Formats: sequence, structure tokens, C-alpha cells
Amino acid sequence: MFQHTRLNSDQNFFQKVKNLDYILIFCILILSVVSLFVMYSTDGGEFLFHTKSHLIKLSVFFVLMLVISFFNIKLWHVSSYFLYVATILLLIWVSFYGIKVSGSQRWINLYFLVLQPSELMKIAVILCLAKYYHRINIEKVNSLIGISFALTIIIIPIILVLSQPDLGTSVLIACSGLIILWLGGVKIKYFFVSLITFLISLPFIISYLQPYQKLRILTFLDPDRDPLGAGYQIIQSKIAIGSGGFSGKGFLQGTQSYLDFLPEKHTDFIFTLFSEEFGFIGSIGLLLLYSIIIIRIIRIGVLSRSSFAKLFCFGFAFAIFIYITVNLSMVLGLLPIVGSPLPILSYGGSSMLATMIGFGIVLSAKIHRKQIIA
Amino acid sequence: MINKNFSIRKSDIINRRMFIIGTAKLIIFGGLIARLFSLQINNNKKYLTLSDKNRIREWKLPPTRGNIVDYFGNIIAGNLKVYQLHVIPEQVENFNYLISRLKVILNLSNKRVEKIKKKKKQLKPWESLIVSENLSWDEFSKINNYLYELVGVKPVMTISRDYPFSDIYTHVLGYVSQPNEEDILENEVIQEKFVPGIKIGKLGLEKTLENDLIGVNDIQRYEVNAYGKRINQLEYQKGKQGSKIRITLDTEVQKLCAELMDGKAGSISVMDIFTGEVIAMYSSPSYNPNSFLFGISQDEWQLIRNNPLKPLINKTLSGLYSPGSTIKPIVALSALENGIMDTNFKVQCKGKMELHGQTFHCWKEKGHGWMSLNNAMKQSCDTYFYEIARKLGVDKLKVTAERFGLGKKVLGEYFENEKAGQFPDTKWKINELGKGWVLGETLITGIGQGYTQTTPIQLCLMTAQIANGGYKIKPKILTDDNQLTSEQIKKAMQTTSLNEFNIPLYDDSKNIKIIKEAMFSSTNELYGTSYKSRIDDPKYQFAGKTGTAQVKRISKRERELDLKTFQIPYEERDHALYIAFGPYKNPRYSLSIIVEHGGSGSSAAAPMATKLFKLIVDRHQYRKKIPNYKEFNI
Repeated sequence: MFQHTRLNSDQNFFQKVKNLDYILIFCILILSVVSLFVMYSTDGGEFLFHTKSHLIKLSVFFVLMLVISFFNIKLWHVSSYFLYVATILLLIWVSFYGIKVSGSQRWINLYFLVLQPSELMKIAVILCLAKYYHRINIEKVNSLIGISFALTIIIIPIILVLSQPDLGTSVLIACSGLIILWLGGVKIKYFFVSLITFLISLPFIISYLQPYQKLRILTFLDPDRDPLGAGYQIIQSKIAIGSGGFSGKGFLQGTQSYLDFLPEKHTDFIFTLFSEEFGFIGSIGLLLLYSIIIIRIIRIGVLSRSSFAKLFCFGFAFAIFIYITVNLSMVLGLLPIVGSPLPILSYGGSSMLATMIGFGIVLSAKIHRKQIIA
Repeated sequence: MINKNFSIRKSDIINRRMFIIGTAKLIIFGGLIARLFSLQINNNKKYLTLSDKNRIREWKLPPTRGNIVDYFGNIIAGNLKVYQLHVIPEQVENFNYLISRLKVILNLSNKRVEKIKKKKKQLKPWESLIVSENLSWDEFSKINNYLYELVGVKPVMTISRDYPFSDIYTHVLGYVSQPNEEDILENEVIQEKFVPGIKIGKLGLEKTLENDLIGVNDIQRYEVNAYGKRINQLEYQKGKQGSKIRITLDTEVQKLCAELMDGKAGSISVMDIFTGEVIAMYSSPSYNPNSFLFGISQDEWQLIRNNPLKPLINKTLSGLYSPGSTIKPIVALSALENGIMDTNFKVQCKGKMELHGQTFHCWKEKGHGWMSLNNAMKQSCDTYFYEIARKLGVDKLKVTAERFGLGKKVLGEYFENEKAGQFPDTKWKINELGKGWVLGETLITGIGQGYTQTTPIQLCLMTAQIANGGYKIKPKILTDDNQLTSEQIKKAMQTTSLNEFNIPLYDDSKNIKIIKEAMFSSTNELYGTSYKSRIDDPKYQFAGKTGTAQVKRISKRERELDLKTFQIPYEERDHALYIAFGPYKNPRYSLSIIVEHGGSGSSAAAPMATKLFKLIVDRHQYRKKIPNYKEFNI
């Protein structure tokens, strides 16, 4: 067994290339191409700023993904805590020196990229908890200390992100973290109890929300309450998607988007534009593409020998799933509007960077699937 | 080994829990797809409509109003091309500079500039700001010369109402102007077709026939963005001009009326005695309806409003006058019909008549001597009519008067300002004034003074219905393509068979004949009150009755002074009236003339009839030739 392991870790470059998950890479590439077309459409059918910038980021981060995949999964295991702490420090930095845009202080200007550390935290929290549950003794998983430690790992970034304020991202971080707790073997009972506690305390939580967040929830419950104000986004998004019909209005023909009825069409509402132009068929196709990506990631998790790799892959697959679900539910009027991008499709460097890093680690897990981590 | 066991157990837990999550994911994705299906497939139509509603906006343009033509098809209310100057604020770089340039080029007043700037603030930047509604050709070409430096300026050619005959038709047609809030609220059609810049009828036929005249808007459909800015034009839907309206009036006769009434206050009405078609209807003084198209200036409006001759009142329909002696044919007819007297009945006129201690004067102080009906009508002897009115009683008189059209609206459905006037009787006085009828009042009613109030058009209709042999006619101002000709109706009236035109207003047709003969004498025999105005040529010869209506009671002193008209202050002078029909041998037309404060009917009103009949009779041959009636078939 030892021999086998050593052999495995000593793959040469060509063996690593051979072991890449080409179906996953292919799907990511298709998704990237689709995203470029959609971005081109948001620019009104011209090769303008958003498309150019998106193309550059895609190219750079795609290469980065491939580079990451060649590093041994062990490296990511070793550096997990470090990466987590580093991201926490970035978040703290942001809360003091970050760039403020329309009331939220979330960004660091790196000149070549405006970085949003909370997006990186989505991956960091998965890495950190994956390592934690990889290392923890199975008997201690449900001990008080075991659970407390795991929860602390989740709660610290959430507090920092909430204070920016950014409800959407903190919800996504919480989901990503909790799923690792679930996979790690925390008793189902605890999940139920906390879910019920959460539901009961929901009214109190709502009373602590910012006025604009409360408004969003009210608007979600009844979008027609204030159709030109808070309900505008939901209504216009539903009109755009609904009017797309079975086969869509056609590429560059989405009237709702190019006549500016759609808000935030580059970022959170990118799916709306896609669905308006490509219709039900296109939307199903996109969901299928995402599903294949998720299934491929899960498959890599299943193939992986180490718990760390498994936990990371499953956690990341779930995170991707939850991003899609939250984003789609939002634009389809099933959830209140919380800022949450659609992976790869939405414009925005930090989100894409985090996703590509995630894909990179997953690909690394595939190449080093037989690696045993002590 | 323990480590390995743990590791396997851990893997089991992870894999098992992954499976549970996987199932949840499937369900959730299924839910999302169901939602997509519901929005995009089930409710596709609803959202498509909403999306079109978002992006398509209609711009209505003012519809083109229908023309109004006279009987001969001459346009009397048409449409004229006008040149306007629009500015699109969003295309202008420096608005203040542009306005100062336009101010110099177009000679705009400071007040006008302020108004334009104020208007600009109320508009969206892409809406056109109308700087000038009516540019002259010179101004228009000047603007076109400077166009290269006036960015955002748009010279526009559009259509506006035009009344080519200026003021002669004002009281018939009314005029158009911008609608106010009330106009829009009252009329749903205007509400639907309203666009800034639309002009609607404010008065007369323009108002009553609004819904026919208004037409259908041109519609431009534009695709707009979320901020309401036009992106591109999708469709241009041509509207429809409003219906053409043809009225029964003859411009030539109308022109003569205006000429005759020049400088005087009063009214002339002419009517076809068989068809009931109004041939002319002129109220004097009039005013120019074209002044209202682009907003009348305050000075001009004040001039019209404060004119003592009251041009704003349509005297033909809403002027209420005592008929004076023009009522006498009806009084005589009523007396004949009721068997009060016959043609041999005579009354001695001594210049006045005493009744219950009150004196009732005849206009001729010395008296007329013994008067028969024919003589009394000819010389308009008041005493004779006092006497027959006394014997007849006011209640019976009223029956006849109402039958011939007094006290009722004549063209009511077309003119909302028409008045009904009144013909009094005993019941009326008790109800209205709460006092009993006094016999003296019957006497003065018999000479057309007192409570009786008539409109000029009523007198014209009354005369027409006597002239046509005593048959009821329906007055009309709009032509009707299915209507019979004058000749055909005349025939229908005289057949014994029952038809819609054979509705006699008399009990004995002989009586009508007597009255017509008496009116003939009044104009064509020596001592007749309008003898001087007669035409001997039988082609034009007419019969009529003068009237002089007192505006105030004549005091004893005034009676003694016997002042000439020009010696009395204008407001106290008598109204001069004249009613007539002709040609006498074969009557076709009736007319009524009223000159306010004109003095006596014989000197001020009757001479106009001479000129009128010459023209009316000559025009008849042209009128006859207009073939638009269905074949007569009863």
C-alpha cells in the first residue's frame, strides 16, 4: 500500500495531464463560452467593457485553475488553515480599509482586480472544515468541543461579512460550512433542532435586519406592493423570463434587457437575460450543464481516497448547487433578492476567482485521487 | 489499523450523507424547472404581453378634422397646412443660447420666451417643445436657412382648422380651440383621442358634431427603453380624417346677410318652406373664428367681449325678442280658426282703445278708421288686433302660436345655446308669476308685446309654415341624402293621401289663404307698411309683415314728443322686424329679419328683404340642380 501511494504521488507531468477530468474541463469551457455570449448580449451586442473584461478574467483564471490542479492535493490540505486565516485577515482588512460602494464595504482594490474577500471565504471555509473533519477523531465529531470549534470556523467569517453588510454572501458561506458539518457526521438530530430553533427565532432575526433587507423580504412576499420601487426587479425579471417562452426571443433579441428594463443584468440577473433570449430550452440546457459539472465533482469525491478530498469535493459541489439554487430562485421570484452571483456566468472577478480555485482543487483531487493524507 | 477503520467509517458516513444531499438536489432542481415551466410555458402569453407593454409606447398625433361644406360643396370649415417650430430639448446643447437665437430670428417677445422656458420645465427632454404654433412662410424659410446652426430645432408642417369665410359662419359653425379639462371630462371621444395640440369644437356645429368631425388619430408606435426614451419606430398607423359634414346653408345668401347687417346688431334667417332647410342664418355682429385657433390675444378677446352689440350672442337662436306686429298673422289666423270673426268683420280705429280705465294706443295717433282684416294687416292697425285678441282670449291664441312653432326650440339638437322663448297664457302667468291674467295683457299680446318672447328662427319657421299652406315642416341645418326635394315635398303636402309631409296645422285651409293674401297686401298694396320695399316682378314678388317691437313702455310725454328714431338713445330705440315669404305666386322661401334698435320694421328691416329675395330666388335654380335626393315615391 505504501509503495502504491508513493508511486501515485510521484506522477510525472504527462501522467497528471492524462489524469485530468476532461469532461469537467470541457463543461467548464462550454459554460465559459456561453457566459461570453451572454455578456456580449448585456453589452448590447457589442464587444465592450464587460465582455472584454470577462474574457480576460476567464482566460487568466482558467489557466490558474489548471495550474492549481497540478499541485498535490496534500498541499491544499496542509495550507487549509493558513488560507482560512489569511482570508479572515483580508476580511478584517476590508472592514477597515475596504472600498465602499453604495453603503457596503466589501472590496479591496488590487488594481488588476477589485477583490472581494468574502467570495474567497466561500472556498476557504470549505477547505478549512474539510481539513478539520478529515483530522478529527470520529468519536469527537458530536462532542461539544468538536461542534463548537466547527461552528466557530463558520461564525467568524459570517460576522465579518454581515458587518459589511452582505447578507447574501454570508448565507452562502453558512450553507457551504454547514454542509461540511453534515457530511462530517454531525448528528441529524442537531440539524433538526437548530432548524426548528432558527424558524422560531426568525421573527426576531428579521427585527434586527436592516430596513432595506426587510423591504426586500416584504417585496418578495408581494412584488406588486410597490411595482416601481422595491418590487421592480422581481417583476421585471419574471416578465423577462416569462416572455422568453419555449425557445426564447433569440440571441441579442431580449427586449427586456437591451431596453434596460432589467436591473443588474451583468451580475445577479444574468440568468434572466439568458432565459429571455434562449427560453425554456436554453434554461434547461444550462441547468443540465451545471448538473453535469456537479455530478462530475461528486464523482471525483467518490473516487477520492482521502476524506479531505471527499469532503472538499462534496462540499464544493454543494456550494455550486446552492449558488445556482439561490440565484435562480431569486430571479424566478421564489426567494427574496439577496446578492448572489451565478457561478462563471455572472460578471465579477472575485466570484469567478473563487469558483475557478474550487475547480482547480477538485481537478487536483482527481489527479491525486489515490493520495492518502495522514 | 484503527486509523484505517475510522477512515473507512468516515468515508461511509460521508458517502451516505452525500447520497441524501444528492436526492435533495434533484428535488430542488426539479422545483426550479417546474417554476421555469410555469413562467415560460404556462404563462408565456401573459408575460409576453407585459413585456410588450413595457417596451412599446404609442404616440398619438392630432387627428385631421372633417371638412364642413355648404349646400353647394364649398368648404366653409377646412384644414390648412401650417408651419410650426418644435424644439427637442435633449438634442439641444445650450438651450438658453438657442432661445436667444430664435428670439432674434422670429422676433419673439420677452413674455413669449418666458412662457417657452416655463413650458420646457414641464416636458420630458425627448418630448417636443412647441416654440411657435403658426409660423408665416417667411419665418419658416428663415428658420430653414439657419437650420445648420440650430441643433435640436425641428420645423414641422402640420394641419390646422381654417375658416375661409372668416366671420360669416361663426354663429353656425362655432370655432375650435384647445380643449380644457371640462371638455375632456364631458366627452369620452375627446378623452380617447386627446393629444397635446388637438383642437376641438367649442361652440356651434363644431361642438355638437364633434364626434363625427374629430377623425381618427395617426398613431406612431415606438420601442422605448426603461427611461421612456424612444429607441426606434415600429409602426406608423395612418388615422382617418373626420367625416365631411354638409350643411343646408348657401354661402352666397349668407354673405348677403352679413353685408346687409354690417354695422348693425340683429339677425337674418332664411328657410326653405317645404324642406325646412335653413338657407341662411346670420347673427350680427359676428367675429372671426380663426382668431381662436392658436389662442386669442387678450386684447382681441376684450374687444369682442366688450362690444356693446354683443357679437358673442347667437341672436338667431338665443336672442329673445317681442315679435311686435309680426305676430299679427298668427293672431288673425287664430281668430279665423276659432270663428271669432270672418273677413267681413270690421273694427273702428280711433287711434286708441279704452279698457277698464287703461288706454291702449294704436301706432297711428289719428286712427285708421273702419278696418277690415285685410286693411288692418296691411296697415298694421293695433286697435283691430286689440279687439280680436280681446274676443279670442290668450289661451286660444297660444294654441295656434305653439302649433306654428312659437315657444319651442327649432334647431335645438344642434345648438345647445338655442332658447325656446315663450308664448304666455293664463296658466303660464299663474305658474310663473303667481298672478292672475289681466285682460289688458291679452290686448298687448295681440300686438306682439308683453310676455311673448320669440327667437328670429322661430319667426322664420312660423312664416314658412304659413307660406307652405299651413303644413308642419321639420327645420334642418344638415343635408340628408335620402330627403325629398322641395318640389316633391310640396306635392306630398297637397295630396289627400296620408304621408309624413301632409300634417296640416290649420282647421280650414281657407284661413291660411286669407292670411297669405293679407300679408301680400301689406307689402304690395298702397298704404301697406312695407309697400316701399315691394318688388313688382312676379318672379321675385314677396309678401310680408313688418314689426316694430318696443324695448320699453312709451311714456305719455314721449308719445307727445313723437321723436324720430335717431333722436332716441340707442338702447331705447325699437327693434325693427320683418317676416316674409316669396315668390308670392309660388312660395319657396321664408325669412325673418330683426334689426336691434333699428327703429321701425318698415324702414329698417323690410328693405333688406328686397335685396334678399332677389338673390334667394335667383339662387333657387342652382339649388334645384343639386341632385342628391332619392326618387320620390309615396
